[in-house]
Amino acid sequence: MEKELKVAALKNGTVIDHIPSEILFKVISILKLENVPNQVTFGYNLESQKLGRKAIIKVADRYFEQEEVNKIALLAPNAKINIIKDYVLVEKKTLVLPDEIIDTVKCMNPKCITNNEPMQTKFKTENKESGLFKCHYCERIINSEELVLK
Amino acid sequence: MTNKSLVSITDYSKEKILSILDKAAAFEANPNQKILDGKVIATLFFEPSTRTRLSFETAVNRLGGRVIGFSDAATSSSSKGETLKDTIIMVSNYADLIVMRHPIEGAARYASEVSRVPIINARDGANQHPTQTMLDLYSIKKTQGTLENLSITMVGDLKYGRTVHSLLMAMSHFNPTFNFIAPNELKMPDEYKMFCKSKGIKFTELNELNEEAISDTDILYMTRVQKERFTDLFEYEKVKNVYTLKNKLLENTKENLRILHPLPRVTEIDADVDDNPKAYYFTQAKNGVFARQAVICDLLGLV
Ligand SMILES: [Zn+2]
Repeated sequence: MEKELKVAALKNGTVIDHIPSEILFKVISILKLENVPNQVTFGYNLESQKLGRKAIIKVADRYFEQEEVNKIALLAPNAKINIIKDYVLVEKKTLVLPDEIIDTVKCMNPKCITNNEPMQTKFKTENKESGLFKCHYCERIINSEELVLK
Repeated sequence: MTNKSLVSITDYSKEKILSILDKAAAFEANPNQKILDGKVIATLFFEPSTRTRLSFETAVNRLGGRVIGFSDAATSSSSKGETLKDTIIMVSNYADLIVMRHPIEGAARYASEVSRVPIINARDGANQHPTQTMLDLYSIKKTQGTLENLSITMVGDLKYGRTVHSLLMAMSHFNPTFNFIAPNELKMPDEYKMFCKSKGIKFTELNELNEEAISDTDILYMTRVQKERFTDLFEYEKVKNVYTLKNKLLENTKENLRILHPLPRVTEIDADVDDNPKAYYFTQAKNGVFARQAVICDLLGLV
């Protein structure tokens, strides 16, 4: 009940729920929420049966494109996106791993051109189930645990 | 910016591979032509590789083209801190095609995205070296008459040796059977074995190079076992001679077997093998000129 209230407290906007606590700030960074004019509230170390400790982010008056929220799938594939309109939960979005990840993730290979030249990074999703990504440039394959945000 | 480039062997489809190999055969039959007359080819070697550079430059010179470029980074503008992007854009104003070797992985892919002219990757660090694969394929087809249904044994450093990985990917179009012979430390990585499984390609893995292991082999692909790859030098001393090919081992092999090696070799092929008619590695290197002529002219739309 308490959780329902927290979600309902937002009049219009987006609630991102079921984020593992330890990656909350990565998610904030991936969505570039440090630089938005909107009211953003977040909580972490909230109790969750599934995750142990979870985090939640509420962004007022903001609805994300599917492409934007898909970036979260890289870090938190089980996060839930709730769209709130007039205090009512009107839509739940599920996350889909994007086919291409542009300029979001750093390549872990120090000899990769993306770490030696001012340029964008680009990864292709090799395998959605096992979460494998391939650097478009050096062709190294990395798994989701090795992902480092740019 | 997109244009035709050859960065990775997987840029080529099966059909494309076969068509380039046919073109290479035509160049071998007639290697001196004026087909590149009036063309300028840049060879940008950000790290030195005399062998590869000479092969490319021979390919161009025999077809009447001109070569510009540099043979190591000390003489290039990158030593003055210029970005790769700026160097490539500048050179693509002058040349019709750029051949590049670079120590940084992915450099050629990035160059192909900023260049106005086609890029041929002549190796980017430990990543890709597709014309090596094309000359390997050409050598295999020429000596076996086909690429289909061959038994290919790869020996030596199968973990870091990118030539064998690229050859594996390219041969996967042609229903091969692979035999991987390597010390445990240098075994074929799982991702390539998974790839074989997903494609239904049969393979076996062995630790020892012996007569029995190569009795059904059509192509014996030898690679260098490098000391630097071993964390335990004792292990290196133990294995370095186990993977040396000697004439005696070849006695009961198939008549059509040919030995390939990307060169330079160190100790992995005994000098006594050189005169064996099954030794093919020096001709293989020569085939590189024809394969590169075919790749260059294809990218320029001249054949
Ligand atoms: Zn990379």
